[in-house]
Amino acid sequence: MEPSRRKALQAAAAFGAVLAAGLLKPMAALAAAWNKEAFDSKKVDDALKSLGAVGAEASSEILIEAPQIAENGAVVPIEVNSNIRGTTSIAVLVDNNPFPLAAKFDFMAGALPFVRVNVKMGQTANVRVVATADGKHFTASKEIKVTIGGCGG
Amino acid sequence: MRVVTGIALLAIGLSPAFAQQSPYAEYQRMVTENAPIELYEIAGEEMWKKRQGPNNVSLEQCDLGQGPGVLKGAYAGLPRYFADADRVMDLEARLVYCMTTLQGRRRQEVTKRVFGNRDRASEMEILSAYIARQSHGMPLQPGTNHPKERASYQLGQKLFFHRAGSWDFSCASCHGEDNKRIRMSELPVLFKPHDTRPLMATWPAYRVSSSSFITLQWRMNDCYRQMRMPEPAFASETTVALIHFMTVTAAGERYRGPAIKR
Amino acid sequence: MAAGPMKMRARLGPDYTDVRVLMSHPMETGQRKGSDGKLVPRHFIQNVTVKVNGAPVIEGQVSQAVSRNPVFSFRLKGGTKGDKIEVSWVDNAGESNKTEAVIA
Repeated sequence: MEPSRRKALQAAAAFGAVLAAGLLKPMAALAAAWNKEAFDSKKVDDALKSLGAVGAEASSEILIEAPQIAENGAVVPIEVNSNIRGTTSIAVLVDNNPFPLAAKFDFMAGALPFVRVNVKMGQTANVRVVATADGKHFTASKEIKVTIGGCGG
Repeated sequence: MRVVTGIALLAIGLSPAFAQQSPYAEYQRMVTENAPIELYEIAGEEMWKKRQGPNNVSLEQCDLGQGPGVLKGAYAGLPRYFADADRVMDLEARLVYCMTTLQGRRRQEVTKRVFGNRDRASEMEILSAYIARQSHGMPLQPGTNHPKERASYQLGQKLFFHRAGSWDFSCASCHGEDNKRIRMSELPVLFKPHDTRPLMATWPAYRVSSSSFITLQWRMNDCYRQMRMPEPAFASETTVALIHFMTVTAAGERYRGPAIKR
Repeated sequence: MAAGPMKMRARLGPDYTDVRVLMSHPMETGQRKGSDGKLVPRHFIQNVTVKVNGAPVIEGQVSQAVSRNPVFSFRLKGGTKGDKIEVSWVDNAGESNKTEAVIA
């Protein structure tokens, strides 16, 4: 095999390896970031660390509307509204879930820091919200009692 | 508001009479507002308008009791007597009729998969969702004047209390006494208007625990299974009579479905 | 597997535009056993994007902890009739879907 062709093939293989390792993502994936480290965290503290939100300040300006007791953990409606000025992000965590981080929403200029989402809860737990404004993190939580868990069968 | 614990709930012996104070009322309200019910209604509308069968026509000329193709109020007026079929029919029995007569499809084919699952709803389920929505807010007014309607009501009443099967069960075994429950589910007394009205006003429904859409025909079938009785034929005289009996018991109630169930 | 129906409604209010979107998706956690007794693999929406007139205004990262057939509500600042709203999703299998609505 010609040296130049071998080099080209090696480069292609190396590129493929780099691609496979996820170090160089295809264009589509670049557009949609997903914080794997945070979502794969099995403990709340690890998830918060991955979000850079350790030591978030408790705030009564984060409003969580959710049922006090859920008849079925498979569908638990959670509504979050942040009255903290400049909120650019809201993260929703369910403390006792196998993977506590449930969702994270980033808000740009045209959106209000508000979201309503249905989450699964494996058991009674605190639903914890972290709101980020100007790089600072704030938190609030609400306990929801669950009579039948919603993660497995 | 102090949350009542499970043990305290058992002590109170919750019955539907206390439904407004049920600790699940807030949950049920929020889930109803945030349930994917509309997806079934949209799919149902497409199915209603879809040409099918040897006659290659849609169901749009199907007469559900208010005239061919009239959907507004149709669900709230069922079950009722239909002269062309010479029997009392509920929604699903009438759909089978229209599928076979208008579309020319065989009964065996249209009843092959009447109950869906979480991955795929059945044709009956999505049609029920769409058609029921068109009666939202209207009072339940099943047929009661025609002799066959009266006979159907009486048959349903008889069947409700008729004990049979290996367990000697009747509907009344579970739904015949106040203050009964199965685990945390309150059991409504289904010959009392007070309990039956809110129930009949909220079928068909999105069932949260199975992520599927369920109808009254499914409920009759599943109750018979739970009673260890032989499986009733889909949209049979038996199932329609029971549905008729309960709908008449609930007559006048404002229909507020499609809704959600646990 | 074809993506199921998706529906969105954008309603203009005095202070904000209310956007409600329903998605068909199994949102499998990987912990549920199917009818064959085997675990159903994880399959869930990972990203949800809301755009107004082509520009992203909300980027959501979502996990398998969100319920099957997700329903989301968002609020957009202001809003004018004729604004084009688009909501799209991508899941962990690379499947996607989107829907558009115009503020009426």
